[in-house]
Amino acid sequence: MARYILQRLGQTLLILLIVSFITYLLIDFLPGDPIAAMTGGEISGETYDRLYHELNMDKPVLVRYILWLRNALCGNFGTSQTYNKSVMTIIGERLPITLYLSLLAFFISVPLGILFGIISAVKRGSAADTAVTLTANICCCLPQFWLGILFMYVFSMLLGWLPSMGFVWPWQDFGQSVKQTIMPVLCLAIGGIASITRQTRSSMLEVIRQDYIRTARSKGLKQKKVIYVHALKNALLPVITLMGLRLGGMIGGSVFVENVFVIPGMGSLLVNAINSQDIQLIQGCVLMITLFTSVVNLITDIVYVAVDPRIKIV
Amino acid sequence: MSEVAFDKKAAAEASRAYKKKHRKQFVKTLFSRKIVLVAAIITLLIILVSIFAYQIVPYEPNKISIKERTQGPSAAHWLGTDEFGRDVLSRIIVGSRVSLIVGVLAVVIACIIGTAFGMIAGYFGGVVDDVINRISEAIRVIPQVVLAIALCAVFGGGILNLSIILGISNMTIYVRMMRSEVMSIKERDYIMAGKLQGNSSFRLMVKHVLPNSISPIIVTMTQQIGNTILSEAGLSFLGLGISQPTASWGSMVSGGRDYLLTNPVYSLAPGICIALLVICLNTLGDGIRDALDPRLRGEL
Amino acid sequence: MAHLLEVKNLATTFRSDGKEFNAIEGVSLHVDRGEIVGIVGESGSGKSVTMLSVLQLIASPGRVAGGEVYLEGVEGNLLNHDGESEMMRQVRGGRISMIFQEPMTSLNPVLTVGYQIQENLMLHSNMSAAEAKARTIEAMKMVNIPDAETRYGYYPQQFSGGMRQRIMIAMAMAPKPDILIADEATTALDVTTQAQLLEMIRRIAKETNTAVIMVTHNLGLVARYAERIYVMYGGHMMETSNAKEIFHHTEHPYTRALLRAIPRLDDPKDRILIPIDGLPPVPSMRPAYCPFYARCEYRCDRCKEHTDATLKEVRPGHYSACCLTQAELDAKEEELKHKDYGASPERHPNDTLCLDVRDVRKYFPVYKGLMKRKVGDVKAIEDITFTIKQGETLGVVGESGCGKTTLARCIMRMYEPDEGQIIFHGKDIAHSKDRELKPFRPQVSMIFQDPFSSLDPRQNAGSIVGESLLIHKMVKNRLEYDQKVDELFQKVGLDPLMKERVAHEFSGGQRQRIGIARALSSDPKLIICDEPISALDVSIQAQIINLLENIQAEMGLSYIFIAHDLAVVKHISDRILVMYLGRVMEIATCDDLYERPLHPYTQALLSAIPVADPTVEEQREAITVQGEVPSILKRPSGCPFHNRCPKCTKRCEEETPVLHDAGDGHMVACHLV
Repeated sequence: MARYILQRLGQTLLILLIVSFITYLLIDFLPGDPIAAMTGGEISGETYDRLYHELNMDKPVLVRYILWLRNALCGNFGTSQTYNKSVMTIIGERLPITLYLSLLAFFISVPLGILFGIISAVKRGSAADTAVTLTANICCCLPQFWLGILFMYVFSMLLGWLPSMGFVWPWQDFGQSVKQTIMPVLCLAIGGIASITRQTRSSMLEVIRQDYIRTARSKGLKQKKVIYVHALKNALLPVITLMGLRLGGMIGGSVFVENVFVIPGMGSLLVNAINSQDIQLIQGCVLMITLFTSVVNLITDIVYVAVDPRIKIV
Repeated sequence: MSEVAFDKKAAAEASRAYKKKHRKQFVKTLFSRKIVLVAAIITLLIILVSIFAYQIVPYEPNKISIKERTQGPSAAHWLGTDEFGRDVLSRIIVGSRVSLIVGVLAVVIACIIGTAFGMIAGYFGGVVDDVINRISEAIRVIPQVVLAIALCAVFGGGILNLSIILGISNMTIYVRMMRSEVMSIKERDYIMAGKLQGNSSFRLMVKHVLPNSISPIIVTMTQQIGNTILSEAGLSFLGLGISQPTASWGSMVSGGRDYLLTNPVYSLAPGICIALLVICLNTLGDGIRDALDPRLRGEL
Repeated sequence: MAHLLEVKNLATTFRSDGKEFNAIEGVSLHVDRGEIVGIVGESGSGKSVTMLSVLQLIASPGRVAGGEVYLEGVEGNLLNHDGESEMMRQVRGGRISMIFQEPMTSLNPVLTVGYQIQENLMLHSNMSAAEAKARTIEAMKMVNIPDAETRYGYYPQQFSGGMRQRIMIAMAMAPKPDILIADEATTALDVTTQAQLLEMIRRIAKETNTAVIMVTHNLGLVARYAERIYVMYGGHMMETSNAKEIFHHTEHPYTRALLRAIPRLDDPKDRILIPIDGLPPVPSMRPAYCPFYARCEYRCDRCKEHTDATLKEVRPGHYSACCLTQAELDAKEEELKHKDYGASPERHPNDTLCLDVRDVRKYFPVYKGLMKRKVGDVKAIEDITFTIKQGETLGVVGESGCGKTTLARCIMRMYEPDEGQIIFHGKDIAHSKDRELKPFRPQVSMIFQDPFSSLDPRQNAGSIVGESLLIHKMVKNRLEYDQKVDELFQKVGLDPLMKERVAHEFSGGQRQRIGIARALSSDPKLIICDEPISALDVSIQAQIINLLENIQAEMGLSYIFIAHDLAVVKHISDRILVMYLGRVMEIATCDDLYERPLHPYTQALLSAIPVADPTVEEQREAITVQGEVPSILKRPSGCPFHNRCPKCTKRCEEETPVLHDAGDGHMVACHLV
């Protein structure tokens, strides 16, 4: 097991390295002069040259990448020119908010999704199944940003129940925090519930067809026991893999939700960085988000191996 | 044994009959669920609307009319007007083009690139496979939205760029699928039989591996169009995709959100259109999957 | 007299494409306490459906449409109880247990085997958990699972196929049922394992006075183990009686045809197999009269009017569904005796050496870890030496992992052997480069086991057969190509009109014919047949065997015929090579090998294969070996067979025996010979 974890860790590091290189290369292709963007363009030729040299712009791309990587490994992603702060400081302020929202949505959608999935698979063909499947199929297709605006229109503008924007931590103002997070979290969770429901349902239906379910029935077990002891555990294993993806998807979805509800998280930070061509910040954001999703993937993989007796790690 | 008396016409006839029977069976299974039929009709309608968009719009979609700006629905403007006094209905009709074109184009690009890499990786294995696999894995861990946003910053917006961006950020699905598909087909006996008959690697790939691995790819393509349309709308919503004055559903949702109190339809209607189109496309995609390969039924 | 289990007029229907059709119809059978009953039939004959119907385990879209089931001690018709009722659940598992075919998929992979056995026990007897655990371990010991206490907590995937099937048996037998149904329970296993398990089932059943219903397609198995036999075909019961009656006074034309079509281990060399023409009927298109009518050689017009499927007693205790009278059958039989089926085709092996394989060795490296460090070898085949003359057939037999497929691929040069020579008509091709192999390719071709995966599903039959004509530029123009393809179709007994169809429009037997046509297309000298009939129904196998024999006689081909079924190999081959864990154990002519097997492994293998004749079976000496074929990764040192060999000596453990001549060209690799 330890060996497997080490191996996966190595793979994750390798992938992160590739991601960092791809990001670095991409940003290198960015149109426009980074120095001009950085300073607003009103500098003397002398300062320009100095900055050019300081930013290592005169060196080949690989050298620059390695230099940048060395700094990045020490947690130094440079300084954001728009915010005039170190990239790490900004991310340190923003990341917890995004994580808070995403994890909240994640922990709401996993049990609900699994529950709905089981209900619809067990009662296959019934009215409940049709209703759940139809709703899930529709919810998968709703654009999150539109859902946010719809909620905002209904609950903030028409009904006036909830504030339409902003974010405070629960320990700062609990009541306000709950009110402010209901809509964003719901927006993120709906898609998650829908896709976990679909996955659980199809995985259950797949398992119910297996030979070992027939064996279990031939022993004279009660239908309930066949489903909850023999089928469920097998059916939930593939759902674990989906969960990692789901959490990654929620981080992506937070870009829209934060935009709609004006929440100062990673998503809105990334959009701002792109709009102002803030190179260091874009690199920092993309890498931090990727780091987070890789860690989540790593965890789900390890959990999967740990709980699935079919995979035996020697 | 040399003189073979047999009717060529009859053979051709028999084969035609078989193919026809097959097509019929496909169509029959495809529309055996009514919801698939409904989805197909709505999709067809949306496609027709987008083709004849300029013939059926009640107003010129980009015509600015300061007098009539941000009005609610009325007899003259069924869905009201936006902040420049442009007719929302007309813009929605024209906006369907962006969604459909980007959706299809991006999927085609993703499929071509992804399939090619996947096939190479799966067929040759070894170092080639390792490199392609690692890179595609690396691309996959970046959340799709984040990757697309970052690519937008590099390439900029516009229909073609957007298609390429979404194509690149979606291609890993095809790399992965094609790779595993090829790896499993490679082990089948008929590929070995082909090799033993003296086929070259290239001929084997094109003539035997590709035709047999393509049908799950096609199924995935039909199912991915909807997702791509969602991503396009998302990027346009963030102001990174299609820029003004071109009408696109995503940017309309974004544009209308400041006027929710005066004309909520301006922002909400395009969103409903996106959802409707995506739901129909996904339902259709599921239907095609079920009809093409009953074995895939029940999977996601 | 009340029977333990009695089934009357059982019918089960399936729904497909909106139409309902009968999978089985009017099936009646009974079982008494402690007896072993065999149900034989080909795939689709409805034998499994019958058993599942009795237990009400038929899954949607099927349903039990009618009939009665009576079980001793249960009041009234069992089918009147709902499938999920308390009563039915007590019967399932408690009174009647079932073992299924696929050991790999029939156990739940996420639950420990101990739990799965124990669950069954606790359900059907009021035991405490501790008691149940003790009984579980006892049951595991009963089926010879070593180290049962530790293995109690193992998951199914930590066991081999044979072991898993033992666990299934332990699970089924633990609650002490009255009836055990074994549905093709040993079909997926190696022959020596199969023999062990069936012996064990018989022993346990006799000790506990449990009735066993053996469901199988293998006539030999029922001849060896069953006391009474039911023969099924096309969803109907055809014939039933005690085992000796069935084999010695065969009544029904279907059973007669079947016995004429299957090769037997004790056959004389020149026996002709008489294939059953045509295909079994598709359930949805079955006629109201006898389902065998279309393929029956005894049929007459009266058969079509006879729609009553009930069995009538033709001799004391012998029931048959055929409507013909004894006199009519006898008359037909006499007529058939004089029918000319053609003599067994004569082969003319000449003295030209076709293939000479010397000391061939192939290892596959095993890599481990991130850096792909080589940690060892899978020793797939070692020291393989044999020759084949032009026009001769060499049979290769062996159980799973014996390296027969690797050997075939080395000869085909899909793999390059690590060492040794493969001399094909005077030229050593063992280490030739791809380019040098080009002239060699058309001369050797292959017929594959699985007729479903060996044909490209996207190509039509014509281009599958014609492909190598084009690759090797063996035809000058389109016309010649068409002509050649048509000729090949006719040669394998297919209508050239079917050229345009794709593979899935053919039946299994027809697909195999296409595979044969493809192999013949390049005009080869040697064809390697890798289990070419094992995926086919018994009634189809004879057709393919005869086709292969006729083609060989006509074209003077050499065959390497690989199979695990010794009876088939013996029928078709001139000489037989026995392999075990990658090494040659014995090479001899067919008769010599059958009459004078020298290697203990060959003796065990021969003894494990049942002969479809209860009287012969009674007289045969049973040699059982212990254990199962070990994984090729853990080949024992010295003689690979030593740890299962009853005659193992110290020398066998240390020194690997060399293949040597034991007289008359009978080669054997054993220290004791």
